[in-house]
Amino acid sequence: MRKVYLDHSATTPVRPEVLEEMLPYLKEEFGNPSSLYSWGRQAKKAIEEARARVAGLIGAQPEEIVFTSGGTEADNMALIGVAYANQKKGKHIITSSIEHHAVLDTAQYLQRQGFKVTFLPVTPEGLVRVEDVEEAITDETILISIMHVNNEVGTIQPIQEIGKLARERGIIFHTDAVQSVGKIPVNVDELNVDLLSASAHKIYGPKGVGCLYIRKGTRIQPLLHGGGQERKRRAGTENVPGIVGFGKAAELAGQELESEGKRLKALRDKLIDGVLERIDHVQLNGDRERRSPINANFSFKYVEGESILLSLDMKGIAASSGSACTSGSLDPSHVLLAMGIPHEVAHGSVRMTLGRDNTEEDIDYVLEVLPEIIERLRAMSPLYKKAGD
Amino acid sequence: MDMRARSGWLQPNWPRGEGQGIPVVKWLQGEKNSILDERIELQNLACGRAAMRKVIYLDNSATTMVLPEVAEAVREAMEKTYGNPSSLHSMGVEAERILRNAREEVAKLLGAQPEEVYFTSGGTEANNWALRGLAHALKRRGRHIITTAIEHASVLEACRRLEEEGFSVTYLPVDKQGIVRLESLERSLREDTILVSVMSVNNEVGSLQPLEEIAKIVASRSPALFHVDHVQGYGKIPLPLKKLRLAAVSLSAHKIHGPKGVGALYLRQGVRIEPFLVGGDQERNLRAGTENVPGIAGFGVAATLARKNLPDSVQRMAQLKIRLAEGLLEGIPGAHLNGPEPRAGAPHILNISFPGVKAEVLVHMLEEKGIYVSTSSACHSRRQEASHVLKALGLPSSHLEGAIRISLSRLTTEEEIEEAIRTIKECVEELRRL
Ligand SMILES: Cc1ncc(COP(=O)(O)O)c(C=O)c1O
Ligand SMILES: Cc1ncc(COP(=O)(O)O)c(C=O)c1O
Repeated sequence: MRKVYLDHSATTPVRPEVLEEMLPYLKEEFGNPSSLYSWGRQAKKAIEEARARVAGLIGAQPEEIVFTSGGTEADNMALIGVAYANQKKGKHIITSSIEHHAVLDTAQYLQRQGFKVTFLPVTPEGLVRVEDVEEAITDETILISIMHVNNEVGTIQPIQEIGKLARERGIIFHTDAVQSVGKIPVNVDELNVDLLSASAHKIYGPKGVGCLYIRKGTRIQPLLHGGGQERKRRAGTENVPGIVGFGKAAELAGQELESEGKRLKALRDKLIDGVLERIDHVQLNGDRERRSPINANFSFKYVEGESILLSLDMKGIAASSGSACTSGSLDPSHVLLAMGIPHEVAHGSVRMTLGRDNTEEDIDYVLEVLPEIIERLRAMSPLYKKAGD
Repeated sequence: MDMRARSGWLQPNWPRGEGQGIPVVKWLQGEKNSILDERIELQNLACGRAAMRKVIYLDNSATTMVLPEVAEAVREAMEKTYGNPSSLHSMGVEAERILRNAREEVAKLLGAQPEEVYFTSGGTEANNWALRGLAHALKRRGRHIITTAIEHASVLEACRRLEEEGFSVTYLPVDKQGIVRLESLERSLREDTILVSVMSVNNEVGSLQPLEEIAKIVASRSPALFHVDHVQGYGKIPLPLKKLRLAAVSLSAHKIHGPKGVGALYLRQGVRIEPFLVGGDQERNLRAGTENVPGIAGFGVAATLARKNLPDSVQRMAQLKIRLAEGLLEGIPGAHLNGPEPRAGAPHILNISFPGVKAEVLVHMLEEKGIYVSTSSACHSRRQEASHVLKALGLPSSHLEGAIRISLSRLTTEEEIEEAIRTIKECVEELRRL
């Protein structure tokens, strides 16, 4: 059976070139980077090379990159670190209602600690409005955190404009760029961001590594304490092989950004057009134009997303409903609900996210099996029969 | 007090696993044994990069060699099982299975239930989480925490942070051996004490803390929870979780020949803790973030391998450490140990000073001869300050300056120890001549 992995927003396979570069650091180069002697120094050097590569991908200075255990830690650190370091100036934070839980839950945690948080609404297309950000700003606002690309519907937020606004008002601006780095051009200066989260496993690097970009001069406290690593901004023995892998993945992503971006966009459009053409009662979620080249998110009315996933899995196709870390739960996605999509429609949503390993034939295969699956499931659905009556 | 009987590593109550009962002598004679074979292979690898020079790695408290089986498990997980464990499709299910197996193995080596193990990004995160998470979960009952002056920075700094947030922290003093003074614990316990955090093995001098006495004293007077930083003790000394009524225990993979960037927090069932990283329902909703599947796979294999040769591997290591201590003390005039007597301390850590010799100079000279030791803990060694641990032991400054830490692993051989003794002796003599 054909195997088609269409869950690249959940995670990506580690590229062989990345693995290759990591292996020495898993084996003989096992020194602790904090040690004085040569083994440690070699590890330290490797980390610095990786730092330069990751910085290069987003147009940052190497010393502005702090390695973390992943995107989640980077998001937690950005919000908590800025909130506590700047609370004397004010206690108001602005974010959106479609952020990843790593931002949303952290914002809610800060709410419980006495910070005020505004969760901005989005348009039916899944976009934050710059005017809404502007209106929400008060004298107390110390941080704005808006994601670059949404992980569920793939919408690209107006980061540059929001960043400009934040800069004018002297407010620290963070963007969760876990889904955009390595997929679309990301440049911290063009985007006007002070902080940016990224994660290696979304760009064909290893799981358990990520980074927070911190613009020079940004006031932020560490999250992990106890050890002088990462210029005292993130304690803990460094995940040397992981960091090396992240560096290589970043380098490759930068080299292929344009060509892969174009190729995937064409595949994505083929998938979207094909599905909308061949299947009735289906809608594309998220803005069609301002959209990540890898994301397609559909709601199939009268069927459950989970049933579609299982049927797809039996055909060798891996997709997801909602984002991976909430796909174990049965609540409909908070992103779709924020876009005003009714519960029952949100329940029938499926996300397909493309990557390096996908081909035209993969898309043909999906377009061949998906209509049958939907038809079969609908035939069993009492809702569908009722609607048909 | 007989520290040996108390610590139990020479008469260990380890569960005896497979591979038990290989007599120490046969071991040393190099009877067909997986660990020795591995060692040779690793040695060759290491030699490759050190230009065919023989390398003796004696800085295992800083970090350990990743075993080939571990590296293989990490590689395999990256190559084959790349799904996200949270995904519903079969790729995700496979990744989830890796986590389950690793959790079982990590739990087994600790004597815990798999459901009590929560993976983290390392020992530092585990310590930060334990201190912060338990303190905040218990703050309605009180705001006083007790720890020791010689904890790892990740405990001490987490405590400092809590002090800034309005908690009060008592840092218990230690004696010359680096052992916590029980009288001061008794005096420090208060009505509002909510948490006691004491490491099992100190990473710089190898002192073993009297955890049983501490647990008894705490339990008899306070409902405070007990956390142990077991990063240096895991797989080396037994930790009777139930007997000590431990609420939380921190572990780190790279100290047991596993990969860097992975660790775990043991949490007794029913203990309430606030999460440290939020924003995802991983690790039963207590630790958010896509799991480091390959790292965790490697941690699992490292734990399996550590358990395999218990208790012999640890006994052997302890005997080698004793031999090392004796060799250096007898062979080098003025040499003296910092911290516990060799027989009383942890099986793998020795801290020793040679008056008249600067530690840093000695460490570099040894490196040139292919012997890797360290001045103090790895995370301090780039700073020039004297270690907080040695200061807490009340050592004179002459001792502070010259202290080196030598730490073994179960892969260390007798020949390496003899060679290390010879070389250190030569180097110290040469430096003293200059
Ligand atoms: C937008 C976004 N932010 C943050 C994360 C979390 O990153 P990580 O999986 O590295 O913890 C993810 C992925 O799960 C994501 O899609
Ligand atoms: C006693 C002790 N606790 C905690 C740690 C931190 O663990 P990690 O290096 O995994 O962050 C270390 C090692 O550096 C240690 O020796």
